[in-house]
Amino acid sequence: MENYLSLFETYDVPAAFWINIQLSFWAALWALAIGTVLALFRISPIPSLQWFGAAYVNIFRNTPLTIILAFGFLGLFSVMQINLAGELDVSLFRIAIVGLAVYHAAFVCEAIRSGVNTVPLGQAEAARAIGLSFLPAARLIILPQAFRGAIAPLGNVLIALIKNSTVAAAGSVAAEASGLMKTMIEFRSDLVIPIFLTFALGFVILVIPIGLLTTWASRKLAVAR
Amino acid sequence: MQKTRYAAAAVAAVAALTLSACGGGDSAESGSGSSAEGGGESLRIGIKFDQPGLGYDEGGSYSGFDVDVAKYVAGELGVSEENIEWVEAPSANRENLLSNEQVDMIFATYSITDTRKETVDFAGPYFVAGQDLLVPTDSDIAGPEDLEGKNLCSVTGSTSAQKIKDQYPGVQLVEQPGYAECVTAMGGGQIDAVTTDDIILAGLAAQEANAGKFKVVGNTFSEENYGVGLPKGSERCEDINAAITKMIDDGDWEEAITRNTEGADYTFNAELNPPTPAPCA
Repeated sequence: MENYLSLFETYDVPAAFWINIQLSFWAALWALAIGTVLALFRISPIPSLQWFGAAYVNIFRNTPLTIILAFGFLGLFSVMQINLAGELDVSLFRIAIVGLAVYHAAFVCEAIRSGVNTVPLGQAEAARAIGLSFLPAARLIILPQAFRGAIAPLGNVLIALIKNSTVAAAGSVAAEASGLMKTMIEFRSDLVIPIFLTFALGFVILVIPIGLLTTWASRKLAVAR
Repeated sequence: MQKTRYAAAAVAAVAALTLSACGGGDSAESGSGSSAEGGGESLRIGIKFDQPGLGYDEGGSYSGFDVDVAKYVAGELGVSEENIEWVEAPSANRENLLSNEQVDMIFATYSITDTRKETVDFAGPYFVAGQDLLVPTDSDIAGPEDLEGKNLCSVTGSTSAQKIKDQYPGVQLVEQPGYAECVTAMGGGQIDAVTTDDIILAGLAAQEANAGKFKVVGNTFSEENYGVGLPKGSERCEDINAAITKMIDDGDWEEAITRNTEGADYTFNAELNPPTPAPCA
């Protein structure tokens, strides 16, 4: 037990989780923004935009996240020499956020589209009938109801995003939780199982409140019909 | 009546599936068992599959210095090359592979340390490596002191990465899943140096795709004693040490190093090499 507790003096486990939280926060914001625009494309009356939305979702939803993040480091950073900040680790951190956001935007788009399906067709027809064109109708009538219907699936995307933030190690954000776990196992192979359980528990503690919150909110905010 | 008939059919179908699944499993097991036992004694040896020059999987055949030493030692133990079963032993799994007896021995750039000695036994060392730097051929970096403000790449969780973090805090360290990624990034120009044990770097530089592009600095700043990992309480240690000594004495050892680092402009640290195997505990 003393052996185990000494791990926390050598290694800063909360700091590693804090990096995952930051990654998840920024990636979630960007994914929500990109995903909403994509969902608008997919329900829009313009065929080329519909096509673009569908192509984006199919490409990024079906590409493994590890590959996207490895490409961020090897392709964008190393070969194309794209720097998103002056400092190296900030630049790599931001490239990882881009990778996470681009990937999860596809899932956010599909979650919002499922929310749109909960909005009765009559709502869109009524919006048209009072003279609203597509964008105002989407902004004022359809999306607000769609988001309220999409809270639970959006929560699932957020939970997946938090856990997937560990893949950022492939994009060279090694200070995050799974990277630290790898380091700890390398140096303290006598404590493999306690180390693993520590990190598993850490993620459970992070994720469970989000599950509870979104379940509660999806009930509370659902549009009564 | 109709219902029971469907239920009976379902039960029969499930039973048939289960039975056939069992049959498949059995035949596969007996198949692999017989091939392992066919012809003399066999050994399961853990090596790296992804380290050119040391332990490298070339689509079913294996090359590298670790592999050559393992073959020699196995030969001395009376096991011919075709009776060796090569098992991938990534760094994080080495202790587990040994303590679960999934391999008989490990030759995988395995540094002898006190923490590791608590869970596994070691024979050897058969090589003394040192942490060093790999840099582009035209670089003027001559050692870790020149790294201030430079971008350095190493593998996540490795001893080398940790050492840099502890001793050279002014270095910008990039951690990647493997050294191949580090070398690719250095080829692109965003990384100034890659660090790990000198012989691993030499193996990377000797790869065909990298020939002539990088050089090993040759200014080592640590001492890593590569040992042969054995399960706790193994009785093979003495024999392995004897085999290593013999390999060094008859010149095969040096030839194996030269062959596996050809084209890398690398010479091993002659003060510490060849090592004398430590007495078995």
